Amino acid sequence: MSPAAAADTLVSIRDVSKVFVTGPRRRPRTVTAVDSVNLEIRRGEVFAVIGYSGAGKSTLVRLINGLESITSGTLEVAGRRVDGRSETQLAPIRHDIGMIFQQFNLFTSRTVAGNVEYPLKRAGWKAEDRRARVAELLEFVGLTERAGNYPEQLSGGQKQRVGIARALATSPELLLADESTSALDPETTQEVLGLLRRVNRELGITIVLITHEMDVVRAVADRVAVMDSGRVVEVGTTAEVFAHPTAETTRKFVSSVMRTVPRPDELAKLRAEHPGRLVIVDVTDRSRIGAVLSDAARDGVSFDIAFGGISILQSQSFGTLTLSLTGSDDAVSRTVHALRAVTTVQEVSH
Amino acid sequence: MNFSTLGPQLLSATGQTLYMVSVTLVLAGLVGLAVGMGLYVTRRGSIMENSVVFTVLNLLVNFVRPIPFIILLAALGQVTESVVGSRLGPNAAIFTMTIGATFAVARIVEQNLMTVEPGVIEAARSMGVSRWKIITTVILPEALGPLVLGYTFLVIGITDMSAMAGAIGAGGLGDFALRLGYQRFNDEVTWAAVIVIIVLVQLVQFFGNWLARKIMRR
Repeated sequence: MSPAAAADTLVSIRDVSKVFVTGPRRRPRTVTAVDSVNLEIRRGEVFAVIGYSGAGKSTLVRLINGLESITSGTLEVAGRRVDGRSETQLAPIRHDIGMIFQQFNLFTSRTVAGNVEYPLKRAGWKAEDRRARVAELLEFVGLTERAGNYPEQLSGGQKQRVGIARALATSPELLLADESTSALDPETTQEVLGLLRRVNRELGITIVLITHEMDVVRAVADRVAVMDSGRVVEVGTTAEVFAHPTAETTRKFVSSVMRTVPRPDELAKLRAEHPGRLVIVDVTDRSRIGAVLSDAARDGVSFDIAFGGISILQSQSFGTLTLSLTGSDDAVSRTVHALRAVTTVQEVSH
Repeated sequence: MNFSTLGPQLLSATGQTLYMVSVTLVLAGLVGLAVGMGLYVTRRGSIMENSVVFTVLNLLVNFVRPIPFIILLAALGQVTESVVGSRLGPNAAIFTMTIGATFAVARIVEQNLMTVEPGVIEAARSMGVSRWKIITTVILPEALGPLVLGYTFLVIGITDMSAMAGAIGAGGLGDFALRLGYQRFNDEVTWAAVIVIIVLVQLVQFFGNWLARKIMRR
């Protein structure tokens, strides 16, 4: 994504709330599913919204194409207001927004080709144009041979690929993916995520992806918003959020896929096994920890790696290492000091 | 049973029953489909939610449905006369049967439409499809299999109604069984009518099942 495109906002969500009224009419109860959310989604990016179930993320994505009405705030897609629109007024806006679903929601009365053709029919395409477009889309998602099959004859991954082809039929600018891989096994999830990446990169379609799995965020998202109890508690590039999660919810999500910092009970075990001074250091592309440790060796300090992990996300390394440093007290202090100069160091109390 | 005299009468009675049942099925099938769709789309949370229309339709259906058909025939006499021109005969019977069957159809249509996954309707909404097009191109095709079974079931109910049509001089197999069999203490004649009805209903049921299976690809 070029910096110029980055400045271009496609979806603008300003102070948006959604309140559901439930229960009997006489004694209604209100539930605030989305609470004063502000987000700017840029043209060309894959934007993930992550949260536990009930966090309001599915409601948030349904506000973007008006499937749920907005209680307060303003929401614009490509400069067009979505809030306060009637179902009829929303139709032209929805033509430019595709959507895929956790349960695929394919028409069981139509074949694979019929499902993909359906939005084209509604948009008034001529029969021959429809045939060509359906062929092109099925080719893109790799289901050309399945054109005549009915949905029940397909696997979950194939159904979702039909869903994607159908959502892309009328060439939308934006694709909303609501838990689009949550009903799939891990292997199929990767296949569908790979396809979504191609949709983004080859067709330039902006994707807003709702998920409860951090693995999905790591695999495809440029930026991520973390939701908790209807609020956005953290927004940033995926690399930033993974490397420096600030909100408690975010930390839980990050540690669900990458646990590079030892838990307290593990620390006790590490302390028992390693006689040296234990420090936890962050590893990023900029921190030259290796160089510091080489210098430390010349200073008579030896080290051991007790715990940790490093991975690459959006072509940036990040992770943490728990080091055990042994040597004279002065020399170890000098090493810790040198480490502090290049990265974040967390001392493990004795 | 004397076939040379009763045979032609059984045949014409069968014809009268078929006429009444098929015309009623078409009329009540169409009006009932409209009322059933009205119930479905106006209920809370549906695509044309409207509590006033829903309540009115719902009350109407609940009001007419429990009335025993033989009483409906008598109660609607005046209305039938002003619409059809006579209180008697097959067309008068068809009018009352249509009223009675419409509301039964409406309930069955409503229930069958409820089997459509809300997700597919949401998918169509997300494409910007108009509500009317959602009804005709998503909801009806998705519910077609169950609807065919529902209508098949209704044929039996309408046949049942038609048996009472004899009470207003509309003829048919019910009239044949009662007048020529029951009242003359001739069980064989009654059973001849019963067998014809069983065969007719079996044929309809067989065809309905076959059609629904074909639509649902099972």
